[in-house]
Amino acid sequence: MLLNDEVNMLKLVPLFAGVSAAKLKLLAFTSERVSYRAGEVLCRQGEAGDAAFVLLSGRADVIIEGPTGPIKVADLEENAIVGEIAILCDVARTATVKAASAVEALRISKDTFFKLMSDFPELTIAVVRVLANRLSQTTLELSEARGRVVALSKR
Amino acid sequence: MLDPNISRYIWTHTKRQQLFVLAMVALSMVPYFMSLNLPKQIVNGPIQGNGFADPAMTQVFLQIAFDLPVVGHLTLFPGIALNRIGTLFALSGVFLMLVVVNGLFKYYINTYKGRLGERLLRRIRFTLVDHILRFPPATFKRIKAAEISSMVKDEVEPLGGFTGDAFVAPALLGGQAVIALVFIFLQSIPLGMITTVLVGVQGLIIPRMRRRLLVLGRERQLTARELAGRVSEIVDGIHTIHSYDTSNFERADISARLGRIYKIRFDIYQWKFMVKFINNFLASVTPFLFYSIGGYLALRGQLDIGQLVAVIGAYKDLPGPLKELIDWDQNRQDVQIKYSQVIGQFAVDGLLEPEIQAVSAESADGKLTGSLTAVNLGVTDDTGAVGLERVNFSVAPGETIAIIGNAGSGADIMAEVMARIVWPSQGQINVGTVDLHSLPESVSGRSITYAGTDAYFFFGTLRDNLLYGLKHAPITDRVFEGPELMQRQWEQREAVWAGNPEFDIHSDWIDFAQHGAEDIGAMMPAVYEALDAVAMTRDMFDLALRSTVNLAAHGALAAKAVEMRQVLRDALTQADLNGLIEPFEPGTYNTEATVIENLLFGNARSPELMAGAIINNQYFRKMLEKCGLAEPLFTMGTEIARNAIELFSDLTPDHPFFQQLTFMKPDDIPTYAILLNTLDKSATNLSDADRAMMIRLSFDYIEPRYRFGLLTPAMMVQIVEFRTAFHDALPANLKEAIELYDPTQYMVSGTLLDNMLFGRISQKYRDGVERIYGVASGVLRELGIYDTLLSIGLDFHVGAGGKRLTSVQRQKLAMARALIRRSDYYLFNRPLSALDTRTQEQVLVSTLKYLRKDGRAPAVVWVVSTAKFAVLFDRVAVFEKGRLVEDGSHAELTQKNGIFKELMSA
Repeated sequence: MLLNDEVNMLKLVPLFAGVSAAKLKLLAFTSERVSYRAGEVLCRQGEAGDAAFVLLSGRADVIIEGPTGPIKVADLEENAIVGEIAILCDVARTATVKAASAVEALRISKDTFFKLMSDFPELTIAVVRVLANRLSQTTLELSEARGRVVALSKR
Repeated sequence: MLDPNISRYIWTHTKRQQLFVLAMVALSMVPYFMSLNLPKQIVNGPIQGNGFADPAMTQVFLQIAFDLPVVGHLTLFPGIALNRIGTLFALSGVFLMLVVVNGLFKYYINTYKGRLGERLLRRIRFTLVDHILRFPPATFKRIKAAEISSMVKDEVEPLGGFTGDAFVAPALLGGQAVIALVFIFLQSIPLGMITTVLVGVQGLIIPRMRRRLLVLGRERQLTARELAGRVSEIVDGIHTIHSYDTSNFERADISARLGRIYKIRFDIYQWKFMVKFINNFLASVTPFLFYSIGGYLALRGQLDIGQLVAVIGAYKDLPGPLKELIDWDQNRQDVQIKYSQVIGQFAVDGLLEPEIQAVSAESADGKLTGSLTAVNLGVTDDTGAVGLERVNFSVAPGETIAIIGNAGSGADIMAEVMARIVWPSQGQINVGTVDLHSLPESVSGRSITYAGTDAYFFFGTLRDNLLYGLKHAPITDRVFEGPELMQRQWEQREAVWAGNPEFDIHSDWIDFAQHGAEDIGAMMPAVYEALDAVAMTRDMFDLALRSTVNLAAHGALAAKAVEMRQVLRDALTQADLNGLIEPFEPGTYNTEATVIENLLFGNARSPELMAGAIINNQYFRKMLEKCGLAEPLFTMGTEIARNAIELFSDLTPDHPFFQQLTFMKPDDIPTYAILLNTLDKSATNLSDADRAMMIRLSFDYIEPRYRFGLLTPAMMVQIVEFRTAFHDALPANLKEAIELYDPTQYMVSGTLLDNMLFGRISQKYRDGVERIYGVASGVLRELGIYDTLLSIGLDFHVGAGGKRLTSVQRQKLAMARALIRRSDYYLFNRPLSALDTRTQEQVLVSTLKYLRKDGRAPAVVWVVSTAKFAVLFDRVAVFEKGRLVEDGSHAELTQKNGIFKELMSA
């Protein structure tokens, strides 16, 4: 897969939807192309997060280590981004990501991402917009959930 | 201690030789005076014809006869009768002989004096270094290493030159001056008086004036020494200077110092020539007085003219010796000042007694009996700060103790005091019933092993440093034969004459028997085990793999490394890591390697074929054209340039992303932009050099890394074809310039790793290197080159102060160096602070295990950096504010609600 194809894939990632093609190309070029075979781990829960991954091909499982053992919480497919929260704020990985098939991914390191954001404010604005949307979505869901809890407790 | 008076010091150590050389000088006077008298004889006798009035007359030559009081006339040799010509040649012959004899005397005496001086210089330098070795530890807080070494090296140097003349010169010159003076007195008392007065004035004034010169000389010495100290500070503190941008402050400081030195030196010149002027003036005033007063006396008839002429003649002989005598005195004072300066610095109170450091080849096993006990121990440093206060603490043989305490708690000082690095101010450390400080270092320095946070490493290889802690005394007596024996005897003789020890540095200094081994080879497994215990084996492999191996020393390795290629590949296949290495194969394009690597398929060994220059090589260019690659590579270069400009033109030249752009420098971007512009207008506009620049861009391209999609399968085939054509027609002058990638041959120009991988690690897999290591370390043992690799790693040169190692490696090495010693007590003072907690724990556990192997049970005292490690020890001692506050087993202390519990939860 060539750089230009990677750029096209990145465009499909919601977080980067508003970013110009030229910047995405730079992002792709400065990121690492990595391959994983089925069963290999992209990132492990509890470790410090230093990179986000964009899946270019293949599938991966998101797994959380629960008290009763690992629980699969999500499936990742092409164009999915994972680990982006860890590179935006310093938190440990909240889940383990494991390749379910052969996986090709773009590894965007934290340093690269921050450098790009500080150099190109338009990229930052695009990312912030996506995050704000997510936050409002989450807030909405939370208040709905609270409303339901209140309704349940009144019963 | 050194004698404060230089003359006395020289006399003490060289009196016999000084007397001998004086006697030789006296003896040399005989032929000297004979040779003075001879010219007169030749002129008066055969030349002017005195005694040869008649051509037939002969003179008796070489008659040896005496008139003795009792015996009467005694003739030993009746002599030979010679005519005038015969006498001329005979006397001239004697003159020539005397010239030779005088020359030989001079040669012998000068050599003798020189040797005397050099021996004394050797003695004094050794004594100074010996003093440094015996300084009490606190001294090193206030001395600068560079200043001390400049004293040992430069400042005592003039002493050597002075030694030979210390007594001979005044005796000789003084004698000459006195004789001349007596002669003048004999001729005329008044003129004698005048001369005496003037000589007295000269002798009084000149040295007095020169005193200022001495003061300046001392200043010069001090400022020069300080300069040496500052220069070494700049070297040591270079990183601080860079990071705080203080280089110009340093420049100003050095400039100011040099200015001061210049001023002092200039003052010295001014004053020196002033003194010279006055000295010359006084010396020439005397003849003036002779002419005027002597002439006056002669005219008055009180002095006859013959006497006056004789006095003036005798006076000619006076200023020379006198001046030299004054110079000698000046030199003596100068040397005395330098000497006093130096020994003043070395006169330190509380120097260790020589017996403490006496050399001993005996093993210290079992010499240290009983517990190591601190009794009422207090440590106060030179500023009055209290480090330890009234500590009573005991370490029984075989016990393991964790010492816990924050910085400033005294925990570190406790370990340092037990290791004799810090001396107690109150109380003492006892071993059994004996004071630790009264024990010779040959017992305490072997029975107690210490490793602290900052370990020092000496300039040399890892091996030298690792084994350093075992070199206590020359164990074996080497057997010498023939010329070697002569050389060794000479070395010993000279060492004794200069008061140096005659230890043989090339003897075995390691007592292998104590380690249960016959030689160094038999000891190495235990050493490797220690390296394993401190988790350093991997570092050693890295060092070995990254080095270009000296095949002469490890002959079998080349074949093993080649064998390793296949074995490693098989092992990777087995571990299902097949694609991890893409091997170099003569008929295949290696996609993980650069274009130029694929073109050349070998390592360039001479600059003409290296990356920057190869494009200018005629043969290379010709072959590119011939294989039809010039155009495709040029197109590829332009595309790379276009991509790079598109990606990077917005970025500032110092942007970190440029690190990813290996084929272009930020300043190249505008150049290439102009080139592309020109090219877009018309392809024919480009000069040959411009085309070369574009082609050059294509060389570093790796498709999987840059992903511009520029490398077509057809091109790969073409490049592989080029490879063959290039090597087949390679001109003779380039044969040596390139070393081909040959799957069956060891590449001398590559590192060991290059040779074992014989390919490129694929970009695709993350942590590829780590995974290969995981597989490789197992394979190494199978191939039997595990030890060889470790041994190559041990050949790594650690640089000045071990600076070529990382801080983590330095601490691990220091630990390993401590572990391979056989001691009864091991003191570890936060030795692993640079390591992460997990590795610290791992090393701590394996260290304790290592020390207990083979049924040994030494005591271990460990100042741990984290309280949680305390559980691994028999006993725990907690220090706070210089006091021992808690002492007991881990279980006891956890039950108490004390500081330990607090530290544990922190």
